[in-house]
Amino acid sequence: MDFKYSEEQQRFRRELQDFLEEELRQGLWQPSCDAWIMGFDPEFTKRVAQKGWIGLTWPKEYGGQGRSYVDRLILTEEMLRYGAPAGCHWFADRQIGGSIIIYGTDEQKKEFLPMILRGEARVGLGMSEPEAGSDLASLKTRAVEDGDGYIIDGQKVWTSGANQMNWIYLVARTDPDAPKHKGISEFLFEASLPGVTVNPIIDITGRVHFNEVFLDGVHIPKKCLIGEKNRGFYQILHQLDYERSGMERLMGNYPLFEALIKYTKETKRNGKPLSEDPLIRSKLAQLKIEFEVGRLHMYRIAMVMDEGRAPNWESSMSKVYGTTFEQHLANVAMEIIGLYGQLSPESKWVPMLGMAHESYLSSKGYSLQAGTSEILKNIVALRRLGLPTQ
Amino acid sequence: MDLALSEEQEMVKKMARDFLTDKLPKAVVKEMEESELGYSPDLWKEMTELGWVGLVLPDKYGGSGMSFLDLAVLLEEMGKACLPGPYFSTVVLGGLPIIDTGTEEQKQEYLPKIASGEIIFTLALTEASARYDANAIEVKATADKDDYILNGTKLFVPDAHVANYMLVVARTDEKAKAEDGITIFIVDTKSPGISHTVLKTIANDKLCEVVFNQVSVPKENILGQLNQGWSEVQKIVQRAAVAKCCEIVGCVQQALDMTIDYAKERKQFGRPIGSFQIIQHYCADMATDVDGARLSTYQAACMINDGLPCIQEVAVAKAWASEVSQRIMSLAHQIHGAIGYSIDHDLQYYTRRAKAAEVTFGDASVYRELVAQEMGL
Repeated sequence: MDFKYSEEQQRFRRELQDFLEEELRQGLWQPSCDAWIMGFDPEFTKRVAQKGWIGLTWPKEYGGQGRSYVDRLILTEEMLRYGAPAGCHWFADRQIGGSIIIYGTDEQKKEFLPMILRGEARVGLGMSEPEAGSDLASLKTRAVEDGDGYIIDGQKVWTSGANQMNWIYLVARTDPDAPKHKGISEFLFEASLPGVTVNPIIDITGRVHFNEVFLDGVHIPKKCLIGEKNRGFYQILHQLDYERSGMERLMGNYPLFEALIKYTKETKRNGKPLSEDPLIRSKLAQLKIEFEVGRLHMYRIAMVMDEGRAPNWESSMSKVYGTTFEQHLANVAMEIIGLYGQLSPESKWVPMLGMAHESYLSSKGYSLQAGTSEILKNIVALRRLGLPTQ
Repeated sequence: MDLALSEEQEMVKKMARDFLTDKLPKAVVKEMEESELGYSPDLWKEMTELGWVGLVLPDKYGGSGMSFLDLAVLLEEMGKACLPGPYFSTVVLGGLPIIDTGTEEQKQEYLPKIASGEIIFTLALTEASARYDANAIEVKATADKDDYILNGTKLFVPDAHVANYMLVVARTDEKAKAEDGITIFIVDTKSPGISHTVLKTIANDKLCEVVFNQVSVPKENILGQLNQGWSEVQKIVQRAAVAKCCEIVGCVQQALDMTIDYAKERKQFGRPIGSFQIIQHYCADMATDVDGARLSTYQAACMINDGLPCIQEVAVAKAWASEVSQRIMSLAHQIHGAIGYSIDHDLQYYTRRAKAAEVTFGDASVYRELVAQEMGL
């Protein structure tokens, strides 16, 4: 048992920090919360790609670096710590590339992997539908074989990143007569095809991350099918393990945590910094303790993946843990700033660039997206603890 | 980074689990708790023969020369089995500090006897203030020719009623800063002027009040340096906090395992209660807390093992283990329902021990403040 980073990993972390510090010094972007899903900066993504930091864990034969998942966690941890605008490549790097490596044909690998590595694949995730949320297998979007391709009809909702996407990863029903889990397939196709309409959903923060996607007779070639026809539900479960498993579930709002600590040191009440108030000290220390325990949950997952096993209940457990932490962080930040928490980010008087206000609102969605906390606890109960279903 | 136990640690774990499952059914735990000694000399002898008492003592003093991490694995199993008795006191609170700062004579005098199970050690640290900071040390040791004379009262001293020796933390310079006037003495418990009273406690462990009335201790029994004992005390407390976390991890893991078994077996409304989502979610919450406690505990144990600075890691581990142990036990009781409330059910052993362990060597609030300091607040 060993919790230390290797010298190479320590060097890698320093290299990342130096890179990000230099980017900040040059004023190329501003740190922000949720930058992994809200920060779209193609130039930043290009610079990250040039460093070889997309596809870090992919085998070298596919253009990756063949490095460990612990290395990748160090990479994502630093991106999140700095609030770097990594939205253009995050999804494709995190889960789409990996899925194509496992399930894709040689042709698909040749077509998509280099594009992802160059940071040019902005992929929207088309899973949920109006009648298929936690019960994803109930989805109704149809993909019907038609000559040399498929015709897709239906509607997706809460499609992450569709407003920015150039490709869409979509699950659709290919066998309506099969049991619902066994008639679903996965597709990856260009979002600009005729019949694809994206309708952004303005969320509680006033921003857009989720979208409705309408698919009206979209004709896609057969080569867009990823993996085995009608096995898509099982493939997507594997992908979801990766989607849920990352440091972004713990550190999406890390810039707020740092800003809050600074705020309590610099803000005086009754002539003393807030950070000297025992109640505030206790709250911040509790957050730090929860954060550090959360980091260990995340590193455990990376070690599981390095053993060659897909994280399963571990990623469900860590996502519930991480999003609970992020909600707690936002709540504590709002408590500490009191009346100022009401102020919108653009207000003259708002502290911490309005990050507390935004995180408080956006954190309501964290425990819903990529699997609700309730579904994830079910997974832990059934798969880790072996509790019965009936 | 690697979370796997070594082959040797897996062996320690298996050996400990097999032995304790065999020798320590809860009826025996109950007997030991209710006995005057609070432990079984026969079992102590067997544990000694298995090499447990000397596990982390160096080979040259009769020990096995194994690491703190190996000890952590054993302590987790002891927590899982609810082992009563003076193992923790003797090894963690007595043996390890002597290895740290004892003179060669002291090591030769005490360590082989600890390893052979001949003597029991403990630590007399806390007093009526029930705190672990330097200001809390009020027991005085006054120089008198070749001796020091101890006066005052220590509270919550584990196993003092059976200990042959205790490390006594006393104030030797009242004019100096609180941290600068503290000395540790190795005291023979048979010395005239020492009296003890066993306190009745929630865990039925044997915490004692120990009164020192003009107790004479030879100067050569100072452990470490005169007036400079506080840094060693901090080290002892830090290590003991992590060792206590190991016991907590074993304790809450067992509570979770028992709860899962019960949830699978107990039927209501014609189905196992574990099939109801509310019960499943309670169990998932418990498992998340158990895992977080284990991860943070072993991280701290690894750092202690490697001799690395680890104030924050220890604080995170003990704060978290203390906090979640209470949540876990509450849910364990909720799921067990009324049967878990019975004194005849095994769950109560874990509930009582988890409560005692939560506050021993610092509760969550103590460590939150330490974390705050580490954060630069």
